Amino acid sequence: MNYSYYPGCSLKGSSNAYEESLLAVFETLGVGLDELDDWNCCGATAYAAVDQMKAFAMAARNLALAEATAEGGVSVDLVAPCAGCYMTLLKTQRYLNKHRSVADTIEGALEAGGLHYDGRVRVRHPLDVLVNDIGLERVADAVTRPLQGLRVACYYGCLLVRPFATFDDQHNPTTLDRLMEALGAEPIDWPLKTRCCGGSCCGGPLVGTIREAGLRLISVLLQEARRRDADILVTACPLCQFNLECFQERVGQELGEPVELTVGFFTQILGLALGLDERRLGIQRMLRWRLPELTSVEGGGARVYA
Amino acid sequence: MKPRSRIESGFAEEIAAIPGGERLRECIQCGTCSAVCPLSAYMDYTPRRLIAMTEAGMKDEVLGSFSIWVCAGCYACTTACPKEIPITDMMYALKRTAIREGVHPRRFGTPVLAREFVRSVDRWGRNSESRLAINLYRKTHPRLLLQDYPLAERLRRRGRMRLRRESIRQRAQLRTILRAVEAVPDRAATTGGSPTAGSEGAR
Repeated sequence: MNYSYYPGCSLKGSSNAYEESLLAVFETLGVGLDELDDWNCCGATAYAAVDQMKAFAMAARNLALAEATAEGGVSVDLVAPCAGCYMTLLKTQRYLNKHRSVADTIEGALEAGGLHYDGRVRVRHPLDVLVNDIGLERVADAVTRPLQGLRVACYYGCLLVRPFATFDDQHNPTTLDRLMEALGAEPIDWPLKTRCCGGSCCGGPLVGTIREAGLRLISVLLQEARRRDADILVTACPLCQFNLECFQERVGQELGEPVELTVGFFTQILGLALGLDERRLGIQRMLRWRLPELTSVEGGGARVYA
Repeated sequence: MKPRSRIESGFAEEIAAIPGGERLRECIQCGTCSAVCPLSAYMDYTPRRLIAMTEAGMKDEVLGSFSIWVCAGCYACTTACPKEIPITDMMYALKRTAIREGVHPRRFGTPVLAREFVRSVDRWGRNSESRLAINLYRKTHPRLLLQDYPLAERLRRRGRMRLRRESIRQRAQLRTILRAVEAVPDRAATTGGSPTAGSEGAR
């Protein structure tokens, strides 16, 4: 089965390891991702602070382009790995469906550009595809290097499950935990799964209130994961990954709360369990990557939790 | 509290005019939003107070607050609100109004980031992360660029920071679409439409 694939700007930049590992694991699982031709910025969250309707128009061009890849009124599954893009595309669909004024304006704007959108795109996150389409049994069957003993803090962040996603619970999501269990790893029990990482506070020169607030949010998450003996924190969002990995030193220096933790993409951990080479998973790109020696289990040993 | 200056009677209506914004009037001041907000401790006014102040027409205080820029847009409040008020999107409406009226704090990172981001993606269709970051330093706190240079260099060595310009092919098509949105009359209050967007706007 093939999906239309919307990478977004981060996966082509600072989070290229997310794209590399995603493409590698989907290929290994026999699922194709066809990059949407000439996609543009999703109309990301920062755009909404300047012009919400133009942000909707940005997203809608992508939806229209994706829809045009299928003929005869067939619906299209568009896979968006960045939690920010994923939420923005879902939000645009929601507003198009619920608010006539938005639908009319966007329809007219797309028409001016020679495009049309009928509402036949299903926006999907790769985690949703893995759990609900591919299935955890199939994933577990493909595991060649079970991650027995690896303690994982599954971090969903804010926009992956809130407020528009329907594939998981908004308050206590479990899909990532179940995926990690299927790989043989041990997801830790912790209450900060969906607490904001403060990425938008740290997205530039950090000064004053914003600096203190941003670093504090990072510290709270990392300290709690360490306290519960996590070996790694995994995310499904390029902004969370960047924020939680790159500012660790600063948290130590400025808050006097030194903390070191490997922060990776869930697709990298999945790739390791599938036996893929670290370079294909972009692991050499990470600023810090230290995992405990994993007990190798002869002949598989992955567990499946339905 | 007493308003610092004047009461703008139309302010609440203006913010409530965003799609779904009519729910603002349903607020029961329960404070759930402030309780679940991971950043309310860093705000000058909590989300609950901001809603009450907006309803009361305290425009100057609301638009001049740090709160609207500290808001990370995580939607925790929106998901938890028992009256289903789109609080996060209301925060975005407040940010838009503050940028449009040029009243946000000077050299404050978040609004500058938003404007620079929009300027770049309007023109090229995609965001070039590294270029955006450098621009942001340049326009806010150039000296911090030196301090943060080591991190940038570590990322660059790992192939995570490239200066290449990202762009779509059909830039003209995108421009036509965005212009068509801009041409819709009377939309400024409901969904943005900042006349200074893309220019050297705010003070």
